[in-house]
Amino acid sequence: SMAADDAEVILLLTIASNVREICSMYHKEKSIQIKNSASALYNNLSVLRIAPRRLTYFTVVHANVVNMVSASWDGLNYSHRQLQSKEPNVATSTSLIMQMYESDGSIMVYWHALDTPETPTAQAVFARGISAVWENYICVGISSGAILVFDVPSKGSNITLSEVLEEHKESITDVASECSGSQECIADLVSADDGGNLCVWKSGEEFQLLNKIPGFDMTCSSVKLWKGTVVAGYGTGQIRLYEAVTGILHAEVSAHARWIYSLDIAPFSGLLLSAAEDSLVRVWHLTVTPETNSVEIAHLHNECVTDTQICGAKFCDGDGYAFAVTGYDLSEIIRYTQS
Amino acid sequence: MSSRTLPLLFINLGGEMLYILDQRLRAQNIPADKAKKVMNDIITTMFNKKFLEELFKPQELYSKKALRTVFDRLAHASIMRLNQASMDKLYDLMTMAFKYQVLLCLRPKDILLVSFNHMDAIKDFVKDTPSILSQVDETYRQLIEMYTSLSNGEFQLIRQTLLIFFQDMHIRVSIFLKDKVQNSNGRFVLPTSGPVPYGTQVPGLIRMFSCTGEEVTRLQFSNGGNYTAALREGSFEIFGDRVTKLGTNMYSVSRPVETHMSGTSKSSAQHTKVSAAPNPLAKEELNLLAKLMGGLEVQKAGNADSGFRVNLFATDEEEEEALITRPDELSYGVINIQATKDQQANAELAKIMGEFTDSGEQSPSASSKGDDLLAMMDGL
Repeated sequence: SMAADDAEVILLLTIASNVREICSMYHKEKSIQIKNSASALYNNLSVLRIAPRRLTYFTVVHANVVNMVSASWDGLNYSHRQLQSKEPNVATSTSLIMQMYESDGSIMVYWHALDTPETPTAQAVFARGISAVWENYICVGISSGAILVFDVPSKGSNITLSEVLEEHKESITDVASECSGSQECIADLVSADDGGNLCVWKSGEEFQLLNKIPGFDMTCSSVKLWKGTVVAGYGTGQIRLYEAVTGILHAEVSAHARWIYSLDIAPFSGLLLSAAEDSLVRVWHLTVTPETNSVEIAHLHNECVTDTQICGAKFCDGDGYAFAVTGYDLSEIIRYTQS
Repeated sequence: MSSRTLPLLFINLGGEMLYILDQRLRAQNIPADKAKKVMNDIITTMFNKKFLEELFKPQELYSKKALRTVFDRLAHASIMRLNQASMDKLYDLMTMAFKYQVLLCLRPKDILLVSFNHMDAIKDFVKDTPSILSQVDETYRQLIEMYTSLSNGEFQLIRQTLLIFFQDMHIRVSIFLKDKVQNSNGRFVLPTSGPVPYGTQVPGLIRMFSCTGEEVTRLQFSNGGNYTAALREGSFEIFGDRVTKLGTNMYSVSRPVETHMSGTSKSSAQHTKVSAAPNPLAKEELNLLAKLMGGLEVQKAGNADSGFRVNLFATDEEEEEALITRPDELSYGVINIQATKDQQANAELAKIMGEFTDSGEQSPSASSKGDDLLAMMDGL
C-alpha cells in the first residue's frame, strides 16, 4: 500500500507540473472600469459570455445597484448599464424586492417581493445565492434558509414561483447547479448555508433532496457542483471536496488565510478558481474519475491582487483560459489570461 | 443587511472620537478639570440609558449624514465647542480609523474584540467616576448579551454592512501614512503575512482521503505569503486580554493627532451623487433619528467663560483654509428632508436639537423651528 501511495503522489506531482507549465503563464490584462466600486458580498462577480456576439457581460453589485459592463472581445467597446433595485413603496408595505432581467439588463421580466416584518427584527431579510438549473428553473436562496424555485417557461415571460425548499435552518449563502453539462449526474443542484451545511438536490417538478452534508458551524460562502463532486469554500479558508450523493469527503485543502469569497470551475478543463479576503486568487486542477470513484486536487497557480479583499472571481470561458477578479472598494474588473 | 450593526458602529466611532478629543485637549493645554468635565460629559451622554435602549433595537444603519448629526451632537454634549472644519476633520479621522479596524480584523468576530478595546479605554477614562462606570459596565453587559452568541456568518454580515457604510471613503490620514498602513491613494495596506485568524490553518496543505476516510495523500503548496500560526483567542468577557491591538488608542504624546491637513486623493474620492429626488426613506430615518437623539441629553454650553473651543488644526487660519478647500464629494449631503411632509419628525428633532448650535455660527433666519433644523442639517 505504501508503494501505491508513493506512485500516486509521483503521478499527481507529474500532472501538477505539466499543467503548471501552462498555467504559470497567466498574465494580467487591461482592467475594465466599472461605474461603482464592488461591495464586500460573496460571489460578487458574474460573467456571461455570448459567443455569437463576441462579447462578455460582467456584473458587480454596489450596495443596491447592479453595475453591468459588456466588453467586446477585441477590447474596443465597453458599454455600461446600471440596474437600480426597485425601491419598496413605503406607503403600502416594506418588502424586499427581487428582480429578474433579460441577460443584457434591458427589460425587467419579473419581480418577486419578500415579506418583511413591519418593525425590524434581529433577523435580517435578504436573498443570497442564485442559480439556473438546466433551462427550466431559477433557484434563489433566502436569509430564512428557504430556497425559492422559479419555473421559467421556454417561451414567454410567465415566470412562476413553483416551490419553496425548506431544508436549511440558517441563511443560504450560495446555490450552484451541476456545471459539467452532463445529464448523467444524479444530483443537479447544491445549496450551502451560514452553518456550512450542504443540501444536494435533484431538480424536477418537485425537487428531491438527495443528501444533506452537515457543516461544522462555519459558513460555507461559496459552493460549486462538477461531475457529481461538491466543491465548498469556507470562512476558515478551507476548500472541501465531497461526493455529492454520498457525502464522502475526498479532499480538504488549507487554501486561504482569510474567508473564501468565491469559487469557480472551468467545466471543460477541471480548473478551479478560489479567491479570498487575503487578496489571493489561486488556480487548482481537479481530476474526477467516476469509474474509480476518485477525486484529486492539485495546486497550480497564485495571483496576488495587492491590498484588495477579493469578493468576486470567475473564469471567463469553459476552459479556464482567462479569469476575472474584483474586490471590495475596487472600481475595476481585473482580467488574467494564459499566454 | 444586518440590523445589529448600529451599536457597534456607534461605540467604535465614539471610542475613536474620545481618543482624538483626549489628545487634543492635552495638546491645547486645556486645564485638567475642564478637560475631565468634557470627557465625562461626553461619555455620560454616549452611555445614557434611554439612548442605549434605542440604539440596541434592531434597525437599519443610518445614512452617513444622519450619523454625522448624532456625533455632532455628542461632541457638543459638554462645554467644548468645535467649528465645522474641525468637526469635519474629527469625523474623517474617526471614520477612517474604524474603517481600518473593520477591514484589518482577521475574522469577522474580531469586530467585537475591537469594540471591547474601545470600551476598555473608555472605562479607563472614567475610572475615578463611579456613576459613569456603572453606565459603562451596563453597556458591556448589553454587548455581551447581544453579540457573543452570534454565529460566524452573522458577524460576517455585520462586517459586510459596515464595509458598505464605509465604501468609497479614501481619506488619507497622516498617522496611517506615516505607519505605512495606508497608501497615498487612500487604500489600506493588506498584509500577506503574520498570524492567520483564530480557527484557521496556515495555507499550504492538501489532504486527500480514501472512500473509507483514511488520509491517502498529503501535499504541500506554496501559499504566496508569509503566514504564521494563529494567536490565542481574545477575551469576550468584561475583563481580559483582547489579543488584537485594533481599536486601542493609537495617539500619544509622541504620536499626536496630526493637525496637518493631508488632503484627499482626488482620483480615488468618488463623486457621490446627491439624488435630487426625495429619498423615500428620509422620513422614516428622521423619525428614528428623532427617537434615538431624544436619549441624548445635552448640557447647555454654559456661561461664556466656562466654555471653550477645540481646534483639530494647528492654527485658526489652517482651520478656515480647510473649510474652504474641502472637496464637495466629502460633504455629508445625503438626507433630503421634505419639510412640509415631515413636519412632525422635524419638530421633534428641532425640539431636541433646539439648543444645539455651533459657537458663533448662526443658522440662516427661518420661519419655523422645522425650517431651522432643515437649514442647520443642510449646513452640516
